[in-house]
Amino acid sequence: MIRRLLAIFGASLFAPAVWAADALTGAVQKQPLNISAIVMFVAFVGATLCITYWASKRNKSAADYYAAGGKITGFQNGLAIAGDYMSAASFLGISALVYTSGYDGLIYSIGFLVGWPIILFLIAERLRNLGKYTFADVASYRLGQTQIRSLSACGSLVVVAFYLIAQMVGAGKLIQLLFGLDYHVAVILVGILMCMYVLFGGMLATTWVQIIKAVLLLSGASFMALMVMKHVNFDFNMLFSEAIKVHPKGEAIMSPGGLVKDPISAFSLGLALMFGTAGLPHILMRFFTVSDAKEARKSVLYATGFIGYFYILTFIIGFGAILLVSTNPAFKDAAGALLGGNNMAAVHLADAVGGSIFLGFISAVAFATILAVVAGLTLAGASAVSHDLYASVIKKGKTNDKDEIRVSKITTVALGALAIGLGILFESQNIAFMVGLAFSIAASCNFPVLLLSMYWKNLTTRGAMIGGWLGLISAVGLMILGPTIWVSILHHEKAIFPYEYPALFSMIIAFVGIWFFSITDKSAAAEKERALYFPQFVRSQTGLGASGAVNH
Amino acid sequence: MNDSIYLSIQNSPRFKELVRKRERFAWILSAIMLGLYSAFILLIAYGPQVLGAKISPGASITWGIPLGVGLIVSAFVLTGIYVRRANGEFDDLNNAILKEAAQ
Repeated sequence: MIRRLLAIFGASLFAPAVWAADALTGAVQKQPLNISAIVMFVAFVGATLCITYWASKRNKSAADYYAAGGKITGFQNGLAIAGDYMSAASFLGISALVYTSGYDGLIYSIGFLVGWPIILFLIAERLRNLGKYTFADVASYRLGQTQIRSLSACGSLVVVAFYLIAQMVGAGKLIQLLFGLDYHVAVILVGILMCMYVLFGGMLATTWVQIIKAVLLLSGASFMALMVMKHVNFDFNMLFSEAIKVHPKGEAIMSPGGLVKDPISAFSLGLALMFGTAGLPHILMRFFTVSDAKEARKSVLYATGFIGYFYILTFIIGFGAILLVSTNPAFKDAAGALLGGNNMAAVHLADAVGGSIFLGFISAVAFATILAVVAGLTLAGASAVSHDLYASVIKKGKTNDKDEIRVSKITTVALGALAIGLGILFESQNIAFMVGLAFSIAASCNFPVLLLSMYWKNLTTRGAMIGGWLGLISAVGLMILGPTIWVSILHHEKAIFPYEYPALFSMIIAFVGIWFFSITDKSAAAEKERALYFPQFVRSQTGLGASGAVNH
Repeated sequence: MNDSIYLSIQNSPRFKELVRKRERFAWILSAIMLGLYSAFILLIAYGPQVLGAKISPGASITWGIPLGVGLIVSAFVLTGIYVRRANGEFDDLNNAILKEAAQ
């Protein structure tokens, strides 16, 4: 099924002459519309650059740079976390999945959401009580700094890289459609803007960009869903029955289809989405921007609410697109495929329900979404390099704020260049799908080490190292050997590893590896690490010694 | 940071009570969430026709829709239940422990 989806998607991309020409004529016909989109987008960029300037004046210490000085409230942080989640990949990708396969889109979004309660119950407050700027602070709390921080930094960077690819591809497509700009130009533009936010504004600017965008996106999506419901007289039954009538798959869109082929794939995808959330460095980092565990908990509550609401909207929007976009030849090319590919279903729907001005608004918001999310990712990647690799591994903690921030800024520029390169390389991948891959890696490397470091007394550096690396390598390796890369990108006949999502296997490998190499570790260092568990436990439970991020 | 404070907290009955209550509560809620989600995934894998069944003969809404949306709502509700108790009862207990230890 996914292979078929990819084939359809790929086919539309292999005929660039057809739809590029159409997109071009579309752009010419809709000239005033493009202006409104550009004006709104420029306004957003202008406003966020002002915030960045304001933030750069307030950022003095490393705590300001990495964690916004710990001054973000639970509500603000909840919105920002929701903003990180409501990426262009979710908005465009999931509404596209609903548009092409109906119910499968809901399955996908539920997987993303149910990780949240688990994060709150098991991780959030301990994380807030133990950490400073990155989740590696927590994972390496009582273990070997050099090894664990290197591992966590690598895990973070791989996840950030995959997530960035998804965002960059979305950005390129979107701007191509909206402005008629070249894909490469669009990707480079996004890369430069995201570097600006992170370089000058740090976490404070990144958070506020995310909050503004979350509010804009939620309002825009609410309006779209409302207009769709108005079209069907606020009758869900009518929404679905009309969709069944016009969709080529008919009744099949109302039940689980081919997103998951077999129980193993279903389970593996579920695990990746659920526990991957708890291993995403840019999300975990947000827990250090609030003052204490109480606010950390509140952020999860608000985030869960906003994300859940957003996914319900996306579902309605996807069905709305079936009704109003798939039936309208203006949104299709000569071959009957959507202009700009299926990922543009929501963007076309904006035009259908709100006219050209609203299309401009949604396009600008979708672009803003990409900017805000890539900025958060870049900051997380840059902190992994500067705070974990540079300050703790290379300099052994003997460095100052100024040098650390300088390294972080250099990394930001390097990540920007990398993101542009990878965005161009991975142009033809389905974007929602790429996010799934990032989650698999987060669930197999970052999550097991983080969880066991907080929960399991007998964890030792050796166990965490070997198990964590095994998880990371097996997740990446199985992905390369699986259908996604081995067949679709490397064009081999048949995949060596049959499943698209490696999480089920790589998580087991990671946990068993950590367990085995910890319990067999009889060294004196291991004994010391085990003895340190109880002071860590007291701090993780009570927050004793965990000052607000302000006082670091 | 003073090791003796950590030791005294670790041995305090209030701390043990807090840990016991909070861990229990957190694991129960996690089990509920995981249970609901696993049931949903198993249903997708082994009984997709259940999710595809119409709610009533004339309707086009299938059982999958309310179940899916219900799962989203339950995630929010469970989170709310935890935050309410943790930010009230558990935090009060926690503050009492920290106060006791500071003396």
